[in-house]
Amino acid sequence: MELKESLAIHVNGDPRRVTVGVTIAEMLSELGLDPRKVAVERNLAIVPRATFGEVRVAEGDAFEIVHFVGGG
Amino acid sequence: MNAPQSVSSDRWTVAGRTFSSRLIVGTGKYKSLEENAAAVEASGAEIVTVAVRRVNISDPNQPRLTDFIDPAKVTYLPNTAGCFTAEEAIRTLRLAREAGGWNLVKLEVLGEAKTLYPDMRETLRATETLVAEGFEPMVYCVDDPIAAKQLEEAGAVAIMPLGAPIGSGLGIQNCVTIRLIVEGAGVPVLVDAGVGTASDAAEAMELGCDGVLMNTAIAEAKDPVLMARAMKAAVEAGRLAYLAGRMQKRRYADPSSPLAGLI
Repeated sequence: MELKESLAIHVNGDPRRVTVGVTIAEMLSELGLDPRKVAVERNLAIVPRATFGEVRVAEGDAFEIVHFVGGG
Repeated sequence: MNAPQSVSSDRWTVAGRTFSSRLIVGTGKYKSLEENAAAVEASGAEIVTVAVRRVNISDPNQPRLTDFIDPAKVTYLPNTAGCFTAEEAIRTLRLAREAGGWNLVKLEVLGEAKTLYPDMRETLRATETLVAEGFEPMVYCVDDPIAAKQLEEAGAVAIMPLGAPIGSGLGIQNCVTIRLIVEGAGVPVLVDAGVGTASDAAEAMELGCDGVLMNTAIAEAKDPVLMARAMKAAVEAGRLAYLAGRMQKRRYADPSSPLAGLI
């Protein structure tokens, strides 16, 4: 029997796998991102930065992780 | 009115925030972040527009705009460039607010890719929703006095009509409607888009605009830092000329030297 050790999710449109039980803060850390410099949307709803350490990633979640870039 | 005697005492206020510089600059299209930062510095701008985009997951250590232009020193004005519906724009600004904590935002909802002309039906709808959610939107719009009034009634904190299409550098195409918008507005009016060179910026200010927003005119100049200085001077010159009150135009000559005492 295959042990389900990772979750299938989407980050910025691309499929990824993350460890079961990780929080959003841990996911950002795995991705090498500074949580103070990004905003996270999960399944079209904003995830407040203050809750990054509590919210756990779930199977099938779709994340958008954005930051500021140059623009007019 | 008591016209301010110097540019430095002539401030303007948008959504309760007061600024000295009447020039807002974009941060797109520069060759490098270093050049971008130098141009912002030379422009004297206290507000810069920024876009909200996906982080690069494959290379999270790329240099960041925030490392070159400090959001603690310069006000970041997140925009909705590239959004073609109210929903896209609202979603983008909700993320922007979470990323930076700012309610002051620039709303633009585009109608088509060719002209980047604003879609006013979607723009008005987005303005209403954003205001209901506590945002303070500065709104990019057509140079139409009625549309401008409707945006103001919906809660726009600034009206930002285009002078010409975004990135075109064609200069202000309709001085009459820009002036009508200025005369009718109870909130700041800034020409946003279409400025190509310094005289265009001065013209916007001479029409009574509270400020000018530009990106390409500086970023695509041969020497962006020098053009940023030129724009700073032009905005100040145009503002002073507006406050000074220009002379009436005459159809024929009127000599400047006295006629009496001619030999």
